[in-house]
Amino acid sequence: MPGKLKVKIVAGRHLPVMDRASDLTDAFVEVKFGNTTFKTDVYLKSLNPQWNSEWFKFEVDDEDLQDEPLQITVLDHDTYSANDAIGKVYIDIDPLLYSEAATVISGWFPIYDTIHGIRGEINVVVKVDLFNDLNRFRQSSCGVKFFCTTSIPKCYRAVVIHGFVEELVVNEDPEYQWIDRIRTPRASNEARQRLISLMSGELQRKIGLKVLEMRGNAVVGYLQCFDLEGESGLVVRAIGTACTLDKLSSPAAFLPACNSPSKEMKEIPFNEDPNPNPHSSGPSTPLKNQTYSFSPSKSYSRQSSSSDTDLSLTPKTGMGSGSAGKEGGPFKALLRQQTQAALEQRGGSPHRFCRRREFPFLTLTAFPPGLLVHVGGVVSARSVKLLDRIHNPAFVGIMGNTRSYKLLDWNSFNSDEPETRDAWWAEIRQEIKSHAKALGCHAVVGYSESTSICEEVCILSASGTAAVLNPRFLQEGTVEGSLEQRIEENLPVGCGFCHIPYDELNMPFPAHLTYCYNCRKQKVPDVLFTTIDLPTDAVVVGKGCLIQARLCRLKKKAQAEANATAISNLLPFMEYEVHTQLMNKLKLKGMNALFGLRIQITVGENMLMGLASATGVYLAALPTPGGIQIAGKTPNDGSYEQHISHMQKRINDTIAKNKELYEINPPEVSEEIIGSPIPEPRQRSRLLRSQSESSDEVTELDLSHGKKDAFVLEIDDTDAMEDVHSLLTDVPPPSGFYSCNTEIMPGINNWTSEIQMFTSVRVVRLSSLNLTNQALNKNFNGLCENLLKSLYFKLRSMTPCCLCHVNFTVSLPEDELIQVTVTAVAITFDKNQALQTTKAHAEKTLQRASTDNDELLQFPLELCSDSLPAPAFPATKEHLESASSNSGTPAAQRATSVDYSSFADRCSSWIELIKLKAQTIRRGSIKTTVTVEKASPMGDGNFRNRSAPPCASSTVGVVKMTPLSFIPGAKITKYLGIINMFFIRETTSLREEGGVSGFLHAFIAEVFAMVRAHVAALGGNAVVSYIMKQCVFMENPSKNQAQCLINVSGDAVVFVRESDLEAMSTQQSAVNCQTSCPGEVTT
Amino acid sequence: MTSELDIFVGNTTLIDEDVYRLWLDGYSVNDAVALRVRSGILEQTGATAGVLQSDTMDHYRTFHMLERLLHAPPKLLHQLIFQIPPSRQALLIERYYTFDEAFVREVLGKKLSKGTKKDLDDISAKTGITLKSCRRQFDNFKRVFKVVEEMRGSLVDNIQQHFLLSDRLARDYAAIVFFANNRFETGKKKLQYLSFGDFAFCAELMIQNWTLGAVDSQMDDMDVDLDKEFLQDLKELKVLVADKDLLDLHKSLVCAALRGKLGVFSEMETNFKNLSRGLVNVAAKLTHNKDVRDLFVDLVEKFVEPCRSDHWTLNDVRLFLNQYSASVHSLDGFRHQTLWDRYMGTLRGCLLRLYHD
Repeated sequence: MPGKLKVKIVAGRHLPVMDRASDLTDAFVEVKFGNTTFKTDVYLKSLNPQWNSEWFKFEVDDEDLQDEPLQITVLDHDTYSANDAIGKVYIDIDPLLYSEAATVISGWFPIYDTIHGIRGEINVVVKVDLFNDLNRFRQSSCGVKFFCTTSIPKCYRAVVIHGFVEELVVNEDPEYQWIDRIRTPRASNEARQRLISLMSGELQRKIGLKVLEMRGNAVVGYLQCFDLEGESGLVVRAIGTACTLDKLSSPAAFLPACNSPSKEMKEIPFNEDPNPNPHSSGPSTPLKNQTYSFSPSKSYSRQSSSSDTDLSLTPKTGMGSGSAGKEGGPFKALLRQQTQAALEQRGGSPHRFCRRREFPFLTLTAFPPGLLVHVGGVVSARSVKLLDRIHNPAFVGIMGNTRSYKLLDWNSFNSDEPETRDAWWAEIRQEIKSHAKALGCHAVVGYSESTSICEEVCILSASGTAAVLNPRFLQEGTVEGSLEQRIEENLPVGCGFCHIPYDELNMPFPAHLTYCYNCRKQKVPDVLFTTIDLPTDAVVVGKGCLIQARLCRLKKKAQAEANATAISNLLPFMEYEVHTQLMNKLKLKGMNALFGLRIQITVGENMLMGLASATGVYLAALPTPGGIQIAGKTPNDGSYEQHISHMQKRINDTIAKNKELYEINPPEVSEEIIGSPIPEPRQRSRLLRSQSESSDEVTELDLSHGKKDAFVLEIDDTDAMEDVHSLLTDVPPPSGFYSCNTEIMPGINNWTSEIQMFTSVRVVRLSSLNLTNQALNKNFNGLCENLLKSLYFKLRSMTPCCLCHVNFTVSLPEDELIQVTVTAVAITFDKNQALQTTKAHAEKTLQRASTDNDELLQFPLELCSDSLPAPAFPATKEHLESASSNSGTPAAQRATSVDYSSFADRCSSWIELIKLKAQTIRRGSIKTTVTVEKASPMGDGNFRNRSAPPCASSTVGVVKMTPLSFIPGAKITKYLGIINMFFIRETTSLREEGGVSGFLHAFIAEVFAMVRAHVAALGGNAVVSYIMKQCVFMENPSKNQAQCLINVSGDAVVFVRESDLEAMSTQQSAVNCQTSCPGEVTT
Repeated sequence: MTSELDIFVGNTTLIDEDVYRLWLDGYSVNDAVALRVRSGILEQTGATAGVLQSDTMDHYRTFHMLERLLHAPPKLLHQLIFQIPPSRQALLIERYYTFDEAFVREVLGKKLSKGTKKDLDDISAKTGITLKSCRRQFDNFKRVFKVVEEMRGSLVDNIQQHFLLSDRLARDYAAIVFFANNRFETGKKKLQYLSFGDFAFCAELMIQNWTLGAVDSQMDDMDVDLDKEFLQDLKELKVLVADKDLLDLHKSLVCAALRGKLGVFSEMETNFKNLSRGLVNVAAKLTHNKDVRDLFVDLVEKFVEPCRSDHWTLNDVRLFLNQYSASVHSLDGFRHQTLWDRYMGTLRGCLLRLYHD
């Protein structure tokens, strides 16, 4: 009996009127956990009931604690008929299960109903008592911390980064069960919400087990996704990076004090064999079997989980009875690759990391200093799969030569499902891995996976950045052992990661290499694409900007295999075009590197959409990008020539303008220096080019454009002409605005504390008549550009500000509908402080490096300071100019805003005054206070402007939300746990709720409210790394109906303003506080 | 390509003050967009008309959702759906309950009933305020009235507590409630020169001195209804004009004190009896509801107009009224000194406020 869950229902407020006759409600509450239910008394005739219940106690396994949500239902008691449900609250009690997070959940939760939305609030207190459990073969993983943040959380230090963890769980979708035909929409929605909550709990627990198995204590960059596969089921899958984290305030405590059962596992002494599993001990074993030492004691009736990825490959061979021969092909290839990989590593490379984990992937996008050594480039893989249908006896996996058949009776359907899905992903990951290898990299960072589903076709995508990592962080325990190697490998900070990891004599693709413009010792490519954030130590010239490539392709409507084939035939062309667009736009901006690249391919009934977003920057280490040259195909035509030259001029002008706009002013470099001989080309193991068996998977590698200067666009037809035009239609953000899709904007670091997170959704209907690719592209481009323009307009009062982490999601809910969802955060920054940027940035980088990694980075420090001054000077000058030129423009705006704020102060003070008075009324002494006030001169015309001392207060605590991992001007002091919520909202009175816009607007506002309420109840005041992972909207206006599913997640945290902190830190542990938070930006 | 759905939701709810004003003024989205275009916002920001349309729609939708909460402002403070800084909450509430001078003059003192609501389109046509805005303002008056009508305690405080309005606005609403409850006539042509501020000032003085609340702070409707007993007692003042000796004595006392100080002394002297009779008769008649309603008409007819026709300055009026009320204390035969002060103190304040062009 390892846990006792205690729940107390305190009160309700703002309940809806359930009894029309009395305009009141007789409310009571059901509290359910697992199969146990408690009820409160009925509180008669009140919209603000005070239940003040006893403590309801549930004695449960910690496994259930992890899987099950606490379910609170508020009902209206009805003597004669069935009680009416008012709404529900689901509380994930996971944050209470690890000692460092929240200890109690207490607060007002919105009561949510899937049909009516939020209907009042309920005050609940939840506690958990955990008992120690010495059972080693347990299935719970209480105590493993989860973070959505894709970097090492701010108040922790990474001791070891263990690597990739993944898991998926499959179930039937309740919406598609036969029972759905007879139950109400509400019951169906609630079944779905509950199931997904249960599945995410289970998934998280299983991932936790894997982490414990790897001897980790946390998962960072945890990304959980749902695939709504319709009739074929519902998949919940998650990936993350297993780590051993150490709280910074207690640097000595390598193992946290254990008072929860989870800590038992970690107490295994370190001198024990790190690989207790005999199968994985030998380095040449190609398939590592990570079998757990326990056998599953619990069986899930309808649900089944996947086994480990590694394992899932094996049973598949037996399963694929119909086409074992075909399947053998890629499978053997896979084996071969792994063997070779293993052999290679034995030959000298110290990267134990790769041996131990099949997929050396990290979901992190920012890294502790020193971890990232080299970056190879973006690797991605896509695969088109057919989801099996119930009425179709044969399941066919089209792509990648996998083809297997299976029976479709329900039991086997359910039990086989996860293996199938697992195999699909394993295949893709394998592909990614081999691409990384081709780039001379042993790891993939900034790794993510996504799907796009339309009817029975599903595109699986994975992408990441091939990289070489420092093994120091990846090995367990023996930190000192790798110290010497580390120093040997030391590279100059600021450009090291740009240096090519692959052998230049055996390049995997044609690329133009030059000597690094920073250290002049190593070779660098002409452009660099990555999916990670800009490393903090990178030397950047000027500012960055958001770069998007947008693309539509029409596709014939087709069924099943024909459809899948059509899609997979289109994919390579789309990838190519997206890449070309990105490259062109990058050149047009005068930049040479992309960070945070995310390419999304969405499949619809009759079209495919591609949307790539990234943040372009000018890396000082990389060569200056050449311009774009236009070449016509018919040189004889005079007017055509003229037209071409006109276009050329426009392009050149745009490049020049952009360089000015983004302050790109690289230092002049003389060619001689570049031409100097290489000190010594490093010896690298011979490269094996990965042979991609399936045609649908395309890497960026093959697309690189060769020569540096002559980047030629050939205009041979009207299409090409259109493309060039569309290049020039992208308008830069209005002055005072910057945008990027990475965590922070390169070139800006003087953030002020105002932040505004927002979600914007647009759905447009295309006119169905004679749609062409061109028209579609234009429409789609216009949609995205208009959306951005709207955002700039809406946030104009915040300027100067930067839209960070701009995240676009495209979906095609119906034939002619395109839905674009954007989530981002606007952060204000101080223009006047921009003077110190570059220099201060560099210094800060050094500090960061030194504080976090004191013993190791002495050497790179010196190198770095040598290389910095060159770019620093001109950039600073540029800042000066921009600051002076821009200071005049927003003066009027500022004046008005000041005016407003004083008014606002007055308003708030009124409320304050009123509250005071309300209190005096209760004390019964008003008359005197009133007469005193009335004695003041009444006839005075200025009376309206009378102001009282300003003091702000609110009854509802402010909870900030941000997709970033930090809060500007503040320090995160505690992580309270992961927030992962799934909501369904449905309406049968769409018109009455303000149409689709009114419906969705209200729903998203409600989702925000529920997230904030949960964070506040945990004792937090912010959500960081917030992400809206899914927003599936379906409408049926003719029936006056709509439905929407939203899935959000993030990390609940407590933050302290730096200004407040300073006062505190002077008293104690000042040193610890200041240095422990390297990612923080001082303002 | 048509936009089916277009929304923007911020973690902190964005409130555009200009759009809020347009919404409160009852403009349709299209009119609001046109007005914003005319304000030159497109040139300032470089936005397009489409962007402006989308932005306006978005704000209107937000305001529409907020309106339900604004009907009970404490709900706005406690609700969780919209995260709005306290200063902005106060601004939303304040602006929502702010009314137009032109509108309030039309309905001040009228019964806040369905009948009046039906006349709103006439008022709208007359004042140029959109019907929508008229409805909002009327509904605000009615809502506040309904909530505080039968409440005990100070009227202003009750309004502030339940509607979280600023001090000034709460006082204005107190006046509106007070006028609506007592149905004072304010619409007569004679009274057209008076502003809402004039009436509100008088209402405040009357609430302070003439209501039940003035004597007992723990009564129901204490600030809304006039003190019936007091009104009954006012009949006693009649002796001041009915008793000829008393009237003469009063006159001589006033004249003696004001001789040489008043620019219009002779006019005052000749008119004294008429003026005094007018003021005392107004008091004596207040037992009848109808005469209560005509209070302001009577005051203007019996006092303001005669003085004005003789070109009294405001200072003359002040000196006269001060002396007029003070001299009564020297009348030995008059026993209702406190009653007189309660009546005249307020009336003096009102008359001074009402005395202007």
